[in-house]
Amino acid sequence: MKMIQKLSIAAAAVATVALVIGFVPVKQALASEHEAELEKIDWSFNGPFGTFDRSQLRRGYKVYKEVCATCHSMHYVSFRNLAEKGGPEFTEAQMKAIAAEYKVQDGPDQSGDMFERPAEGKDKFLSPYANDEAAAATLGAVPPDLSLIAKAREGGPDYIHALLNGYKDAPADVTVPAGGHYNPVFTAGSGVIAMPPPLVEGQVDYDDGTPNTVEQMSKDVSAFLMWTAEPKLEARHRIGFQVMVYLIVLAGILFFATRKVWADQH
Amino acid sequence: MSGHSTYNPSNGFTRWLDSRLPIVRLAHDTAVSYPVPKNLNYWWTFGGILTFILVAQIVTGVVLAMHYVPTTALAFASVESIMRDVNYGWMLRYAHANGASMFFVAVYIHMFRGLYYGSYKAPREVLWILGCLIYLLMMATAFFGYVLPWGQMSFWGATVITNLFGAIPFVGPSIATWLWGGFSIGDPTINRFFSLHYLFPFLIFGVVILHIWALHVTGQNNPAGVEVKNKDQDTVPFTPYATVKDAFGLSVFLIMFAYFVFFTPNALGDVENYTVANPLKTPLHIVPEWYLLPFYAILRAVPSKIGGVVLMFGAIAVLFVLPWLDTSKVRSARFRPLFKQFFWLFLVVCLALGWCGGQMPDNVLFSVGGIDIIVTHLARLLTFYYFFHFLVLFPLLGLIERPKPLPESIAASVLGGKTAAAKA
Repeated sequence: MKMIQKLSIAAAAVATVALVIGFVPVKQALASEHEAELEKIDWSFNGPFGTFDRSQLRRGYKVYKEVCATCHSMHYVSFRNLAEKGGPEFTEAQMKAIAAEYKVQDGPDQSGDMFERPAEGKDKFLSPYANDEAAAATLGAVPPDLSLIAKAREGGPDYIHALLNGYKDAPADVTVPAGGHYNPVFTAGSGVIAMPPPLVEGQVDYDDGTPNTVEQMSKDVSAFLMWTAEPKLEARHRIGFQVMVYLIVLAGILFFATRKVWADQH
Repeated sequence: MSGHSTYNPSNGFTRWLDSRLPIVRLAHDTAVSYPVPKNLNYWWTFGGILTFILVAQIVTGVVLAMHYVPTTALAFASVESIMRDVNYGWMLRYAHANGASMFFVAVYIHMFRGLYYGSYKAPREVLWILGCLIYLLMMATAFFGYVLPWGQMSFWGATVITNLFGAIPFVGPSIATWLWGGFSIGDPTINRFFSLHYLFPFLIFGVVILHIWALHVTGQNNPAGVEVKNKDQDTVPFTPYATVKDAFGLSVFLIMFAYFVFFTPNALGDVENYTVANPLKTPLHIVPEWYLLPFYAILRAVPSKIGGVVLMFGAIAVLFVLPWLDTSKVRSARFRPLFKQFFWLFLVVCLALGWCGGQMPDNVLFSVGGIDIIVTHLARLLTFYYFFHFLVLFPLLGLIERPKPLPESIAASVLGGKTAAAKA
């Protein structure tokens, strides 16, 4: 009887495995058809103990500010976030100085007029265009908001890094329309992207002596965009570890408690 | 099963209260003295796990509702504000979103356990039907909840599902308009979905109370599938035996739950939902959350829209009448050699249907003699088996199968296993 039971379980297991194996080639075929293989970067924030690299986030912010922010908005990030724990951790004074470089409209004042003032920590990052329509009118398409881009694309920061390094000369069988650029990583547009190659060698001056290659800048800005998408990542990892230790100890205690309580029944 | 109450008020106050509102007696009879078959395995801890998740979902949900704004203009931004500005908001939201997935993991295990051990059979038909009702309410609640963050998949998922009602002949379009509160999905829709998403968990809670009540009237089924004959020999009191075992099972489940929340919180979600809803831009591939994929596969497998809707709801409706489709008097699959094989096949079919639901319907699986076999073909075959299993095999197996001899009692089955093991 036990034998038959084991056999049937084994048969079911074999059936499941066969089914899975049967589907794997299909899935892989689909994968290679639809998306180019993304290079897996060994990010500092990977894994259950990962944290952001502060200098990398600061460099990434500089790339974002000088390059990305000329076209892309970032609606959900405030200047104050730049000085918060778990991020680039600029000092309060540095953050205020960064914010003060921008002017925001405020008001109405007591006479009912709107006025401009320097931005403060409480203000969100400013958008390069007044609205999506203005962006589309100037650029031909609306550049996606970058706040959450690292969570809104399959592959996250690996995808952003691959995309920024993915520009190539179009193969003969691909016709790239005017205003488009060939980038096989951009599968959503079948390899044609409106964004021109954004980074060129030596474009952003790094203050910390890091070589400003395209590879380095693309990594730094990808890490920065991961932080803007997931600003509480470090707290999540830290608390997660504590929760895990607590639960494993609790489960251990309950395991022995169960054994003891049930001892007289077995 | 519950028998006479063994509660003994120990002091003046509890005696006074007991003769006015015997609530302590109810708690004692339900959670302390309630007799539990002594041969239950760990598949029986999922009822407790589900109760815990329901409460956890309500608690996290109530706090999230304090910060969430149900308008098309602000819903997405308010969720981002929860993630960024609310103290531990990220933890609440990730626990709530992953909690929904964990809820379904646990409910599927709970239901398949019931299928394997025949827990739906007399006298537990009402218990089973109440469970099916909870499952149906859970799916509705999960659907409403998935729309609230107002991402791309929220919007397009809601569009697909509400349009299904538009397939009903004659009154369909009017029903769709009525559901939306307008001529398309908009502010009235998200506002009412929020209201219903808040209401439904409390309906679930009510049905759970009925479910537990029904359970305590008939008593639990057990792996041997034979009724309790002698309370002293076959059962143990709920406390401490089941309490401590359920607590251990729950703690192990929570380790998995916490792993998802803290280390891979977005693995079960769709990346599209981190882009704000845009009615002018349809995502390449609209898919529901994983736990609804088998039904989505059934929906898409049928060439006619209304036919797909009927079969999709039929796939859930058939569960309600299982107690009357199964002709076998034997409950546990342990003693039903044929039924057991088909149980595992059915499990594989459900998983495969889920896989189909996540694929593009016209993806080619393989080609035979120049004919492409696509996902839809496989889904049709699996859908056929899904209904064949319940509508044909369930009545048929009970008639043709020769079950193995049942143990005389629960105690005998426990001791029998023991002596067999001792001999081996």
